[in-house]
Amino acid sequence: MSKKVIRDLRVIGNERIGGSFFMLTLQSEDALPVIMPAQFAEVKINNSVGTFLRRPISIHDVDYDKQTIQLLVKIAGDGTATLAHLREGDLLNVVFPLGNTFALPLSGRVLLVGGGVGVAPLLFTARYMQRFGFRPDILLGYRSKSNILRKEVYEKFGNVFYSTDDGSFGEKGTVMQHSIFNSENFPYTEILACGPEPMMRALAKWALEHKVECEVSLENKMACGIGACLCCVQNTKDGHKCVCTEGPVFNVKQLLW
Amino acid sequence: MVNLNVDINGLKLKNPVLTASGTFGFGLEYADFVDLERLGGFIVKGTTLNPREGNPYPRMAETASGMLNAVGLQNKGVDYFCKENYPQLKDLKTNVLVNVSGSCIEDYVETARRIGELPNIPAIELNISCPNVKEGGMAFGTDPKSAGEVVAAVRKAYGKHLMVKLSPNVTNIVSIAKAVEDAGADSVSLVNTFLGMAIDVRTRRPKLSTITGGMSGPAIKPIAVRMVWQVAHNVKIPVCGLGGIVTAEDAIEFLLAGASCIQVGTANFLYPDATVRVLDGIELYCEKYGVKDISELIGGMKQ
Ligand SMILES: Cc1cc2nc3c(=O)[nH]c(=O)nc-3n(C[C@H](O)[C@H](O)[C@H](O)COP(=O)(O)OP(=O)(O)OC[C@H]3O[C@@H](n4cnc5c(N)ncnc54)[C@H](O)[C@@H]3O)c2cc1C
Ligand SMILES: Cc1cc2nc3c(=O)[nH]c(=O)nc-3n(C[C@H](O)[C@H](O)[C@H](O)COP(=O)(O)O)c2cc1C
Ligand code: FES
Repeated sequence: MSKKVIRDLRVIGNERIGGSFFMLTLQSEDALPVIMPAQFAEVKINNSVGTFLRRPISIHDVDYDKQTIQLLVKIAGDGTATLAHLREGDLLNVVFPLGNTFALPLSGRVLLVGGGVGVAPLLFTARYMQRFGFRPDILLGYRSKSNILRKEVYEKFGNVFYSTDDGSFGEKGTVMQHSIFNSENFPYTEILACGPEPMMRALAKWALEHKVECEVSLENKMACGIGACLCCVQNTKDGHKCVCTEGPVFNVKQLLW
Repeated sequence: MVNLNVDINGLKLKNPVLTASGTFGFGLEYADFVDLERLGGFIVKGTTLNPREGNPYPRMAETASGMLNAVGLQNKGVDYFCKENYPQLKDLKTNVLVNVSGSCIEDYVETARRIGELPNIPAIELNISCPNVKEGGMAFGTDPKSAGEVVAAVRKAYGKHLMVKLSPNVTNIVSIAKAVEDAGADSVSLVNTFLGMAIDVRTRRPKLSTITGGMSGPAIKPIAVRMVWQVAHNVKIPVCGLGGIVTAEDAIEFLLAGASCIQVGTANFLYPDATVRVLDGIELYCEKYGVKDISELIGGMKQ
């Protein structure tokens, strides 16, 4: 993994993309460090009285030439709401790139599964895989058609399937109810996923039962983001592991779900 | 040039900036952000005789200008430290201190003894003030008699610099500090975290798995400064001050209140380079106010 940096990044775009989601584009004056899929940034939020600690946000996309990273953010509380108000030209202090990465296979077929804002790290994952000649299938779960984020961009890097809770787009139901998981033949050798915990638990259970390799990216609460405070631990078969350094990605076989 | 050297009862620091145990890992976690050798020293995570898994998640809750933690001294035990961490730290040109914890006097003594055998660890910080473990920890630090007993026992087994970390969860911190001084401590550090709690009103559940936890960060700073001031005026041994230090001004406040050195804790989570920011700021302050030697600041509050 490359060296971690603390940098003031300049906001060059902050775009509302429907509902409570927005996308920040941040530019670095210096060359970006090498960033891996599922890695995240710890963002310092100023001008928010209730926000003391940094907020961990996945790196949604990277452009090394333009020296930009993008963050796809859902407003969850004060901190993220404050980020939604950043304007072009503002500076944001960011520590990155943090955490491990998905174990990308050298062969076989990969299915990326995302739910809600958990779709965020999957775009850069798919872009990264393309560099190695992979075109993954991507299953994205949303509440409804109007919540679907950046549809065309995901479709550039993989074949995208959708499930919506209300059936307004793709198949009706949760991602686990999608026909991909409910037909005779499951053509994938590995699943990489990020989303709400209930979704990932259900997926983990399915993958273990069907003996399919499966990795999930967790979102435990963090303080330091660099393995120093031991606040973010996940209980695993090998005891407490730091989600910020030994994760956020875990093989479901390691988890006690 | 400002002289930033301080002598803490024989423990020589190139400057008064240390780090608080549990907030700086084993130092190397910060190596991408900080030149560790610039620091006066750093204090590694609380170490116990046997490995500890710590408390269940969730262990952390954010509060106004601070946080609660209930890590519960998760660590791999003293032998692991000696075998795995020490070799990576021993050649650093700075002081590496080990924070020693225990649940009974024998554990404290044995852990201190094993750390004492490591030539390049010049001091230990005896943690008699952890609010997050059921047995021991803070129990030793909230009563002058038991504080004195554990310090006296460790003193016999440990020949190098013995710093004792005090709990602020007491009615009279001066009486504890004096008991610890009488029992042979070389210095005291204060404060550890304040016992606190927080409830999620949506779920009506506690935010920490242990219900209560230790409060740290800028919110506690004025109380910590007051305690450092009280203790510094009532003991002869040096005081290491901490609690909510984020900026150089915060650090200087502690020095003026009577601390001979300081520790940066929770601020490392806000800015992983907080320690060097504080250090640079202290130097700038000294230049600006014509301070030639940092010792001019120690206990330098005017009345
Ligand atoms: C590795 C990692 C990657 C993440 N990536 C993204 C991302 O790409 N986009 C995005 O929008 N969010 C992401 N998150 C979640 C994001 O960090 C939280 O939503 C954010 O911290 C909330 O801050 P706030 O001040 O807005 O809300 P707060 O006021 O802190 O919290 C609002 C509500 O959200 C809950 N919450 C807070 N933090 C978390 C968390 N870490 N996980 C689950 N619930 C939480 C709180 O309990 C509360 O109910 C990620 C989290 C982690 C750990
Ligand atoms: C996550 C966390 C873990 C801590 N672990 C320890 C520890 O192992 N031993 C100890 O003596 N103090 C521990 N502390 C207390 C700090 O060293 C320090 O006394 C306290 O946080 C107050 O300083 P601050 O406000 O600058 O953080 C911990 C604090 C935090 C926030
Ligand atoms: S957030 Fe501090 S160790 Fe993971």
